[in-house]
Amino acid sequence: MTAYIIRRLLYTIPIVFGVLLITFVLFNLVGGDVTDQIAGKAASKETREEIRQEYGWDKPLFLSWDSQFFNYLKNAVTFDFGRSWEDRELIIDKIKRGAGPSLSLTIPMFIGTVVISISLALIVAFLRGTIIDALAVLLCVAGMSIPFLSFILFGQYFLAFKWGLFPVFFRPDLSPPQYVALPVLIGIAAGLGGNLRFYRTVMLDEMRNDYVRTAFAKGLSTKRVLFKHVLKNSMIPIITQVVLAIPFLFLGSLLLERFFGIPGLGYLMIEAIGARDFQVINAMTYIGAILFVIFNLITDICYCLVDPRITLE
Amino acid sequence: MDDDGILLSVKNLSTHFFTEDGIAKAVQDVSFSIKKSKTFALVGESGCGKSVTALSIMRLVPEPPGKIVAGKIIFEGRDLSVLSEKQMRSVRGNKIAMIFQEPMTSLNPVYTVGNQIVEAIKLHQKKSTSQAWADAVGMLRKVGIADPERRINEYPHQLSGGMRQRVMLAMAVSCEPALLIADEPTTALDVTIQAQILDLLDELQKQNGMSILLITHDLGIVAERADSVAVMYASRIVEVADSQSLFAEPLHPYTQGLLKSLPRLGFSGRRLQTISGNVPEPLRFPAGCKFHPRCPVGCNDKRCQTVEPKLRNVKGGRYVACWYAKEYEEK
Repeated sequence: MTAYIIRRLLYTIPIVFGVLLITFVLFNLVGGDVTDQIAGKAASKETREEIRQEYGWDKPLFLSWDSQFFNYLKNAVTFDFGRSWEDRELIIDKIKRGAGPSLSLTIPMFIGTVVISISLALIVAFLRGTIIDALAVLLCVAGMSIPFLSFILFGQYFLAFKWGLFPVFFRPDLSPPQYVALPVLIGIAAGLGGNLRFYRTVMLDEMRNDYVRTAFAKGLSTKRVLFKHVLKNSMIPIITQVVLAIPFLFLGSLLLERFFGIPGLGYLMIEAIGARDFQVINAMTYIGAILFVIFNLITDICYCLVDPRITLE
Repeated sequence: MDDDGILLSVKNLSTHFFTEDGIAKAVQDVSFSIKKSKTFALVGESGCGKSVTALSIMRLVPEPPGKIVAGKIIFEGRDLSVLSEKQMRSVRGNKIAMIFQEPMTSLNPVYTVGNQIVEAIKLHQKKSTSQAWADAVGMLRKVGIADPERRINEYPHQLSGGMRQRVMLAMAVSCEPALLIADEPTTALDVTIQAQILDLLDELQKQNGMSILLITHDLGIVAERADSVAVMYASRIVEVADSQSLFAEPLHPYTQGLLKSLPRLGFSGRRLQTISGNVPEPLRFPAGCKFHPRCPVGCNDKRCQTVEPKLRNVKGGRYVACWYAKEYEEK
């Protein structure tokens, strides 16, 4: 197992290298010369040259120990992403600052969605074929069919603006639970349909198995059969879904943060895209890739923990 | 049938499945009784309703789409068909235990065999965890698993098919049930293991004095192991007898066909006789006697084609559902 983990960690090196190579090439191919953007159109040739030197854009792209790509790799490994072109703040500081609000939004949303949809899925799966089951599926499909934006607009207009149950927009004097409550609720409501339907299918597949009949034949209660026997067996698809969603928590929620003015990473990303602030986009892509690779490994380790038939070699 | 010494008696049981294509009458008007410490075999082809009969006794028919629509299941003086789910749970695994056809998939793959046996013991008996584990080790030893102290901590995938069926048996008899329902317990196993498992069943029966409802399509097993037999065809019981007289003199044309299709010792190499045609589907049962399209005796008889014969007593304790049974009786 340890050997497997070490080997998998070594595999991450070429993967992350590939991600860096692709982002570097893409930004250089399609990004164009950003000097204009930073210096402004009226800048003199000297100013522009200065800027190019400061960012190292006068150096060769590849094929030198001091090439742009090599420096880019070096910076990535040391998490030194340089300064934003927009306001010249250190990018890593921007990210650190955005992580708090983002995580206080995405983590409760994620846990809420997972716990509620799995519990409901167990119940609905047990009631399969009944009116309640049919109704639940209908509601799920309806929920999936309503665009995420509608959930946000409805919540913000009615719950916050009309009825005043929540603050409409982020204010610096609000504590995280206050400004995050409504977006979390909206996120859970919007994600419930798809998740519940997915987990219901997983549970139904599982409940067709013979060991479920054996468990009932022992005289176990439905609750115990579902929460002890069925749940642990359905963990494989659940883990795949759940653990691989965690990296995205760090990237924040683009729409929710934008609509509620929450100064998180999703907001940062949107601002960066709007301002063509490639350094920031680059840094976020890189961090996202690393998290994704790590959580992929964690997924495999979790498989091994819940299913004795799986061994990591 | 006299009433003394009877453990379970099923009376006019009907179980239907309400599907989109129509009502599948999987079990119709089935009656039989099982005596204490005896083995009762339910024989029939796949899909004739024998497994659904067993699941109905356990009240484990998936509902919906299935439903027990009529009948009584009298077990130790109580009608199981009217018990609440909670009352039924104290019967399942405790008074009536069940083992299944597929030992490979009938155990939960993510829990150790010990965990699964102990779960059954602790559910029905007031025992400490350590006592339950000690019991489970004892049960594994009883069902002939070598090195039970080690095996108890293993997962089902680490055991062979025969061993898994032994574990299923250990789990089933751990609470000393009065009735064990064995639904094709050896079908998925190879022949030598089959014999071992059946011997083990016999042995456990002798020790615990439990009754066994043996569901099988293997007439060879029935001849050797069962005290009495019911033959099922297309959702109904067509013949009931003690196994000796059934094999000596089958009365229903279907039973006769089944026995003729068996290879016998000293068999001279001619082709075995077969029953022509196929088992009808539950959604498309023929009118009248369900066997009449395949019946060598009654296929052209108006009465067999239109009116379904009821199971009735013909000569001394034998029951047959055939319009021609009277003639057999007179012969």
